[in-house]
Amino acid sequence: MEDLYREVILDHYKNPRGHGVIEDADAHADGLNPLCGDEVSIYVQFGEDGETIDEVKFSGRGCAISQAATSMLMEMVTGRTATEIAELPKEELLEEVGIPLTPIRLKCALLGLGVLKVALHRAKGTALPQEWAGLDELDLK
Amino acid sequence: MAVTARPALDAQKLRADFPIFEQKIHGKPLAYLDSAASSQKPRQVLDAIREFYETSYANVHRGVYLLSERATEGYEGAREIAREFINAPAAREVIFTRSATESINLVAYAWGLDNLGPGDVVLVTELEHHSNFVPWQYIAKRTGADFRLLPIDDNGELQLDALDEHDGVKVVATNLVSNSLGTVNPVTKLAAWAHERGAIMVVDAAQGAPHHRVDVQELGCDFLAFSSHKLCGPSGVGALWGRAELLEAMAPFNLGGHMIRSVRAEETTWGELPYKFEAGTMPIAEVVGFGAAMDYVTAVGVEAIADYESELAAYALERLAELGGVITYGPPPERRAGIVSFNVEGIHPHDVAQVLDSEGVAIRAGHHCCQPLMKRLGVAATNRASFYLYTVPDEIDRLADGLHKVRKILG
Repeated sequence: MEDLYREVILDHYKNPRGHGVIEDADAHADGLNPLCGDEVSIYVQFGEDGETIDEVKFSGRGCAISQAATSMLMEMVTGRTATEIAELPKEELLEEVGIPLTPIRLKCALLGLGVLKVALHRAKGTALPQEWAGLDELDLK
Repeated sequence: MAVTARPALDAQKLRADFPIFEQKIHGKPLAYLDSAASSQKPRQVLDAIREFYETSYANVHRGVYLLSERATEGYEGAREIAREFINAPAAREVIFTRSATESINLVAYAWGLDNLGPGDVVLVTELEHHSNFVPWQYIAKRTGADFRLLPIDDNGELQLDALDEHDGVKVVATNLVSNSLGTVNPVTKLAAWAHERGAIMVVDAAQGAPHHRVDVQELGCDFLAFSSHKLCGPSGVGALWGRAELLEAMAPFNLGGHMIRSVRAEETTWGELPYKFEAGTMPIAEVVGFGAAMDYVTAVGVEAIADYESELAAYALERLAELGGVITYGPPPERRAGIVSFNVEGIHPHDVAQVLDSEGVAIRAGHHCCQPLMKRLGVAATNRASFYLYTVPDEIDRLADGLHKVRKILG
């Protein structure tokens, strides 16, 4: 248990980085984990090159694992390119999260990354890889 | 400790019938508080299945040899046990299915497709499990009928005065007991209302039958679905009871072997009840196990179970209230089955359940297959602790203690 809720996870959960909304974001997506109803919205502002992730924010509700992992993701992707993050292997985030996850909790940890990928692929007009399909069917209205 | 086990039900003693409790979970005794999702199985049921396989197994209704006769006796014996369990007028009205979900699908398809159309209304409650919601929504859409919800109040109880807003109702569908909130629904009243309007009354008793006495004649319903796995029996088998005249008039649902009278290239005719609805090889040993499970529950006493669980629910509500900062959902204990849904303020149910698991306490966290209800409650998910005849107050104490740890870690 102490493994799962280790200090860094609790820190990101209680003090999420990049929590908020960017009005008129260049890329944006809302996503849902249908297993538990957790919702995450992600907003991305690109730099002048239209490619570098200048600023990224997230909002929504979820468990400690999904909120902490999304917070870590915000730090991980800032300053990197949209193309690179759109293809980012999930292992890179999971390594950073660094806790043993059961298949159910894995979905929690990857919710933010999936929604970010939806946002980036949508902004770039590229096709979302199959493994992330279905995340963007959320109707937040 | 506020709970006193009645002489009729000694949970501590019954617990010894359940081998699952002999193990440790994360080094701690198992506190299993997820019986609403599925119940554990007593040795009596496990032995009945093993003995059936070891001594009597063959396909049923087929062979002229002794084993097939024995297997058929076991299978049909379970049908008679089921008939008695729900006080159905005739065993041929009891159909075995793969689950309560399949039972409801059977009614929705086989009755609904031929009896619903534009202008008709299908009324289901806001409390429904997806199993009694999605099939009706789908069949209503397929037939052009209107799909509507009967609302609940803030206690999670049906608002019966909203019934009269609806004209043209052809189907009323409700659960007997809500799997999310434990609400015990007034089926008898609903059935009377439905019949005054020429509608059929469909009852999902998956959560009700294991914990409350079910008498289909007293309820006055037309169809009633229940399942084995929530009732101390194996998974993979359920039952549907329906009024013979309705079942007889209905088209079949699954088609294939055993449900026929005669098959010719030009035309096939259907078998008699209940076989018309039992196509293919059924889960034979599971049906036998289902029968043993109903026998077990009957021997314990369904009414004693209901009383005991109501006490456990009251005790759990009391312990949760003491903690402070815990929101509980659903009706007062006297109108609730052994189910308590709650949220710990500021802490997501997944995290609550995860920390509790490390203490050996198993609860459910999620939407409980009731997304429309969660929306009504204004939450994405809840925690749910649910009880059965083997639940002891100590497990509820461990839940309360575990919630202290949850707060310590995540608060």
